[in-house]
Amino acid sequence: MSGAYNFAYLDEQTKRMLRRALLKAVAIPGYQVPFASRDMPLPYGWGTGGIQVTAAVLGQDDVLKVIDQGADDTTNAVSIRAFFRKTAGVATTERTAEATVIQTRHRIPERPLHAGQILVFQVPIPEPLRFLEPRERETRRMHGLADYGAMHVKLYEDVARMGRITTSFAYPVKVAGRYVMDPSPIPKFDNPKLHDCPALQLFGAGREKRVYAIPPHTTVESLDFEDHPFEVQRWDRPCGLCGSTDSYLDEVVTDDQGGRLFCCSDTDFCRERRDRMDEGR
Amino acid sequence: MYVAVKGGERAIRNAHRWLAEERRGDPDLPELDPAQLREQLALGCDRVMNEGSLYDPDLAALALKQARGDTVEAAFLLRAFRTTLPRLLSSVPVETAGMRVTRRVSATFKDIPGGQILGPTFDYTHRLLDETLGGTDAEIAPAAVAEQPVDPVVPRVLDILDADGMIQPEPAAAEGEPTDLTREPLLFPVGRDAWLQNLARGDEGFVFALGYSTQRGFGSTHPFVGELRVGTVDLVVEPEELGFPIVIGEVELTECEMVNQFLGSKTEPPQFTRGYGLVFGHQERKAMGMALVDRALRNAADGQEQRGPAMDQEFVLYHSDNVQASGFVEHLKLPHYVDFQGELETIRRMREAAAREEGGE
Amino acid sequence: MSAHDLPLLEVRDLAKSYGGLQALKPTGFELWPGEVLAIVGESGSGKTTLLSCLAGHVPADGGSVRFRLREGTGVDLLQMAEAERRLLARTEFGFVHQNPRDGLRLNISAGGNIGERLMAAGWRHFGRIRGEALAWLDRVEIDRSRIDDLPRGFSGGMQQRLQIARNLVTRPRLVLMDEPTGGLDVSVQARLLDLLRRLVAELDLAVVIVTHDLAVARLLSHRMLVMRQGQVVEQGLTDRVLDDPQHPYSQLLVSSILAA
Repeated sequence: MSGAYNFAYLDEQTKRMLRRALLKAVAIPGYQVPFASRDMPLPYGWGTGGIQVTAAVLGQDDVLKVIDQGADDTTNAVSIRAFFRKTAGVATTERTAEATVIQTRHRIPERPLHAGQILVFQVPIPEPLRFLEPRERETRRMHGLADYGAMHVKLYEDVARMGRITTSFAYPVKVAGRYVMDPSPIPKFDNPKLHDCPALQLFGAGREKRVYAIPPHTTVESLDFEDHPFEVQRWDRPCGLCGSTDSYLDEVVTDDQGGRLFCCSDTDFCRERRDRMDEGR
Repeated sequence: MYVAVKGGERAIRNAHRWLAEERRGDPDLPELDPAQLREQLALGCDRVMNEGSLYDPDLAALALKQARGDTVEAAFLLRAFRTTLPRLLSSVPVETAGMRVTRRVSATFKDIPGGQILGPTFDYTHRLLDETLGGTDAEIAPAAVAEQPVDPVVPRVLDILDADGMIQPEPAAAEGEPTDLTREPLLFPVGRDAWLQNLARGDEGFVFALGYSTQRGFGSTHPFVGELRVGTVDLVVEPEELGFPIVIGEVELTECEMVNQFLGSKTEPPQFTRGYGLVFGHQERKAMGMALVDRALRNAADGQEQRGPAMDQEFVLYHSDNVQASGFVEHLKLPHYVDFQGELETIRRMREAAAREEGGE
Repeated sequence: MSAHDLPLLEVRDLAKSYGGLQALKPTGFELWPGEVLAIVGESGSGKTTLLSCLAGHVPADGGSVRFRLREGTGVDLLQMAEAERRLLARTEFGFVHQNPRDGLRLNISAGGNIGERLMAAGWRHFGRIRGEALAWLDRVEIDRSRIDDLPRGFSGGMQQRLQIARNLVTRPRLVLMDEPTGGLDVSVQARLLDLLRRLVAELDLAVVIVTHDLAVARLLSHRMLVMRQGQVVEQGLTDRVLDDPQHPYSQLLVSSILAA
C-alpha cells in the first residue's frame, strides 16, 4: 500500500500549509502557531506533531536520525524511522554528526549540533501556562500581553515549599526575550543546549495542533530567580560504559539487590566515545 | 556487558506477527468476511464510520475486523486512511425532509403528518438473551410489509412548530464552505458548524454522557425529542463545470431534533429552542447526545451562565475525540525514563539535603 | 504638589446597556489623588456596572475614563490597547472583589499570592519577594507563620485581608473595591474597615468603593455618589449627603438605615 502514498506520506498541499506555519514560527521565535494537524497513521501523543514537521521539511537528499530518550533503538524511534524509510525512502543514520534532520523525543543529542541541521521535537503539551490556566483563550491572551507573572508564581511556590525549583523536565524558557515556551519534556539538563544553537529547532504538537520554533543562534533563557539560579542535573559517577562525566545518564536496574548501572542516554554519543577508546588502545 | 533493554526492529516485527495470529483466533473456526460484519454488526460499523469521519461501510467493516472489534482502534484506521484522500468537492446540504425513513418518532405530538414509524428498533424489546442466536442460520419470521408505502416527503416536526413561530428559527446557513476541523486549526471561540462537526466525530460514550449530564442539572436543557428519524438521503453534488446538481449516491443518517426550554423576555415572545444532532448510520444514542450538547453549547454562546462541562466549549471540543484521547493516554506506555531519571535525581538531592539538615542539628 | 492639583480620574458620559436594559446611563465624576469615593445604592442601581466598566471587566458602550499617569499625562482607559491597560492594571490599579475567592489564587500560598504582582512587574529575587510578602502579612495583620499556607484554609476576614495585601503590594494609586466587607460578620467587618482606613491614609490611595452599606461609606469615604436606576441622583461630601440628603431617594435611603 506504501506506493499509494505521497513522498513522506503527506500530500503536497498539506506540506505547504505546514511550511507556511513553520515559516511564521521561525519569524516569531517561541510563538505557538496553530496549524491544521492531520490524522496520521500513528497515534496522537506518539509523535504525530514531530512526524508532520519532519514530513514537511524532509527532502530526497536528507539523512534522517530518529531518537527517543536519546536512543536510536527505542521502540518508538524504530517505528518512526521505519515509517519514513517506507514512505519517503530517505537515508537514515544513527550518527548525530551525519544527520541533516533529527527527530527527537525527550532529549537533545550531547554532540553539539551544527549549522544546517534541523532538530525536530515531539511535543505533547505545547502550552507552558497550561497547568496554571487550562483555558486556551486565556493562555493565548496571556502570551499576547506577555502577562507571565503566574509563571514565576509556580517557581516561587516550588522554592517556598521545597527549598528549590523542583521542575526537572519541560522546564519553561523565555525565547528571544519575549515568549515563554515549553521546550517539550526534555530534561532541564538539555535546556542550555537550546540557547544560541547553530541548528534550526522546530517543535510540533499534533494533537494540540501547534508548531513553534527557535531559529539558529537565538537567546533562550531558563526561568529562575537571581538567588535561586537555574541549574542542571548532575550525577556522582561517570557513565559505566564510556566513562563520560558530562552527559545525561540513564539509570538501569541490573538486579533486585539494589544493583544499578548508570550509562549515557545518548547511545550514539556513548558508542562514539567507546569507539575512540578502542582505537586509542 | 550490559546491553540496553530497548526494543529492536525484530521485536516489533514479531509482536505484530503475533498480533495477526491473535486476530485470526482459532484457525479451526471459519474466518470472518468483512461483509458479514457490515451486515450483521452494522451498528458497530456505523460507530466506526462516525468516529472515523468517513462514510464507507465496507472499509468500516474491514477496519473493525483488523482492529479485532476495537471500535476506537477501527476509527483510528479509517481516520488515517481518510487523511490521504483527495478533496474533490463538497456536497450540497442533504435534505432530510426527503429522507427515505425507516424509523421516525416524535415525543412531542401524538400523531404527525407522515405518521410515527417504529422501524427496526431495540425499543420495547425485552432484554432477554436469545439462545436461538447461539447457533447458525436461525429461522427468522419476516416482518409484515405495510399496505401503504411511507410518504416520499415526510415533513420535519420542528418545521411544523417553526411555521407557527413557536420555535426559534434556525439561522440561515452561512455563505461559503463550512468549517472543517480536519483542515483548519481549532481556535476558540468556535462557531456552531465547528462544534457540530466535532460532536459528530466525537466519542459516542463521551458525547452521550455529556448530554446525560445536562439532564441531571449540569447545564439544564429541559429536552423533548421533537423528532428522531433514521433513513437514507441522496447525496447531491453540483460541480461548477456542470452547473446543475447530480445525485452521486446515498447515505444512511440518523437525525435528532430536540425541543428545549422556552426563552423569552418583555420584548421577545417566548419560544422553544432547538438542539440538533446528525450522524452517519443508525446511531440514536449518539444523535440524541449530540442534540443535547448542541443545545448546551448554544446556551453558553448566548451568554447563559455556564452550569456544567457540556456548556464549556473548550472542555467539550478538546476532549470528545477518542482517537486523540486514546493516543495521548496510551502514550504513557512509551518510555519516559529520561524524565523519570530527572525526577529521581531531584528527589534524591532533596532527600540528601534534608538528611544533612537533620544530621547537622 | 502639582499632581494633587489635578484629578487622578475623570469619568465622562460612561454608559452601558445589556440588551435592551440601560444598566448605566451616561455618568461622570472626578476622583482626586488620595480621595475615597463611595458609590451607594440598592442592588440594580448600576453601581456595580459602573465599577466593572471602570475596571475594564465589561466593555463600556461609550464615554471616557481619563487616568492621570505618574508623569502627569492623562490616558483614556477605554481607548487603550488591552496590553497597555493590563500593564497599568498590574501596577497602578487594584481591584478588591467582594468574594475574596474571586481575587485570590486559592491553590497558591499566601506568599505567592502577595508576590504575584511583584513578579509580574519583573521582580526576580526570591528573598526580596518573600521579604516583601512577610512585610505585607504584618501590615494586614496575618501571622507571618502562615506565609506558606494556602488561603483556602483562611477565615473569610483573613482571605479579604490577604486580597488587600495582594493588591497593594505594588503601591497602586487607584483601588476599586466591590463591597469589600460584604460577606463578613459585623465584628470582622469593623476590623477590616479600620485596617482599610489606615492603609488608605498611609499609602495616600485613591479609592472607589461600591457599597450598599451607608455605615461603610460614612466610615471610609470623603465623598459619595448616590445611584438609582442607572444614574447618579445625588453627590457630595459624605457627611453632607448623609446628614442632609437633598434627593428624595437619598432621604429614603438614609432614613431606612437610621430606622434599622
